[in-house]
Amino acid sequence: MKKQNRISNIIINLLFCVGSLLFILPFVLIISASFTEEAALVEHGYKLIPSVFSTEAYKYVFRTPHQLIDSYKITIIYSLLATFLGVIVMSMLAYPLSRPNYKYKKPATFFIFFTMLFSGGLVPSYIWMTRYLHLGDTIWVYILPFLVNAFHVIVIRTFFQGLPQSLVESAKIDGASELQIFFRIVMPLSKPVIATISLLTLLARWNDWNTALIYIKSSNLYSLQYLLQKILREAEFVKNMADSAPVAGIDLDLSNLPSITIRFAMCMVAAGPMLVVFPFFQKYFAKGLTVGAVKG
Amino acid sequence: MAKLEIKKAEKPITNKRKKSRWKEFRDNAELSALMLPGMILLLIFAYIPMFGIIIAFKDYRNNLGIFKSKWVGLDNFKFFFTSQDAWRIGRNTVGYGLLFIILGLIAAVLVAILLYEVRNRAALKFYQTSMILPHFLSWVIIGYITYILLEPDMGIFNKIIQAFGGKGLQWYSEPKYWVFILPIVNLWKTVGLKSIMYYAALMGIDEQLYEAAQLDGAGRFKQILYITIPSLVPLMVILTILDVGHIIKGDFGLFYTIPRDVGLLYPTTDIIDTYVYRGLRTGDDIGITTAVGLFQSVVGLLMVVGTNLVVKKISPENSLF
Repeated sequence: MKKQNRISNIIINLLFCVGSLLFILPFVLIISASFTEEAALVEHGYKLIPSVFSTEAYKYVFRTPHQLIDSYKITIIYSLLATFLGVIVMSMLAYPLSRPNYKYKKPATFFIFFTMLFSGGLVPSYIWMTRYLHLGDTIWVYILPFLVNAFHVIVIRTFFQGLPQSLVESAKIDGASELQIFFRIVMPLSKPVIATISLLTLLARWNDWNTALIYIKSSNLYSLQYLLQKILREAEFVKNMADSAPVAGIDLDLSNLPSITIRFAMCMVAAGPMLVVFPFFQKYFAKGLTVGAVKG
Repeated sequence: MAKLEIKKAEKPITNKRKKSRWKEFRDNAELSALMLPGMILLLIFAYIPMFGIIIAFKDYRNNLGIFKSKWVGLDNFKFFFTSQDAWRIGRNTVGYGLLFIILGLIAAVLVAILLYEVRNRAALKFYQTSMILPHFLSWVIIGYITYILLEPDMGIFNKIIQAFGGKGLQWYSEPKYWVFILPIVNLWKTVGLKSIMYYAALMGIDEQLYEAAQLDGAGRFKQILYITIPSLVPLMVILTILDVGHIIKGDFGLFYTIPRDVGLLYPTTDIIDTYVYRGLRTGDDIGITTAVGLFQSVVGLLMVVGTNLVVKKISPENSLF
């Protein structure tokens, strides 16, 4: 019995080791490709270990980093702003819904919840945002439409409902206004849910690539992920990037541009930092998904 | 006389009611004010665009704008549903949706059960972390990975095929391969997080059940079959029904970035979301494109409401509303 257990244990662990490799090796491939010499890559193909090691691609990336810096800047600014504002606005929406005696709870909940069920679709939104609000090709298009996520509002509200109501009551007796109660008592007590929602929002904003695909034209407003997709899709784009960035005193030899490996070097520089950071917050993401009993 | 009296009696009541309504509003004003910014954002970015669905009933001309374009009734819908596109994108959207649900369910439950058997904490953590890794990536970066694997000249797959003496395959121009590629890629990205959800449910099982089963002489396999799996069934049912509710909504990122928007592959990679995006990009048939989007939204709404009714019957605490 025990022996059998040990054998099955070994088999299961072996299975998972192989399985884990399926998830880790693809990243090794990207790293390896970015450190391979262009000619060797063309000749031998992609390898787990660079056939000929070279940092040439990274040299090109860092010699004309303008586009990369622009994209990093814009992505950091809008991600932080959208997360910060979004969490505040969503908490402010959630708090009255969590109060048992708030008079307009039902219609307000429906108003928020309905946006989860129905939307006008891409085309009406596009025409409204570009023709009437003139948000096309501005940084605001990354921020404003994403501040309120109905599902997140309901998650926050459910958390607020779990806070002891006696706290609110006693603060009221002491003469605190609703605003004071919300900002001084409820928000400080809600750090766990705020952290979870902040991380979920931050990840979604950071990984956003299709907003730029639809609304952004100016290259200085490209988000990181959109820049990456452009680099992968358009071989010409890499050349143009090197071309259009005049660096005084440095003569770039564009005929030798490692146009394939440079893509992967870009991918590493653009995506690497966050890939290292996010897994540390794993448990929050799993939690965010399993927040059960979120009823309207 | 009597009538007059009644009138007199009524007046104060209505007055009082008005007053109490005003008082009610005032009493709730502070809380309502808190909601104002969010409500305005929803109004501008969710509700006003909803009125744009009238474009679906118009022959939209860019120079005329929404209001001056001509009404055409249901012509846009008729045009779309009699075209070949309708069958193709409808089949792909729903077909892949179903496939993803079934594969995801089986894989996630299987992985969760196997994870449950791993007793070493460090190993468990390592497996979970590596499997959840793709969840933090955008589809664009996953596109880089599939490109490395599938690129016809230098890609890993073709190199392996060639190493065994075969001839490399043209992955990016043969639609038939994508029926397998897309589900695998989707599974790769989503299985980690899903399995963690089922794993969390397994943690809630009473250990005594297993002890009792052991005393009765049930082996590990029988324990899984009669205790572990049955205890997961409620969660499986709920999550599956909820997924079915969203079946008409395809993952734009997956279907746009992974097949790289190659026209040759549309027979097996084009879904409603990619079709609508292309319609917007080319700008030729804005009316028809809006109609397709509206159709998707309406079916989506009905599906979610419908599946929610089912969930409500089975387990009320898991229903959305």
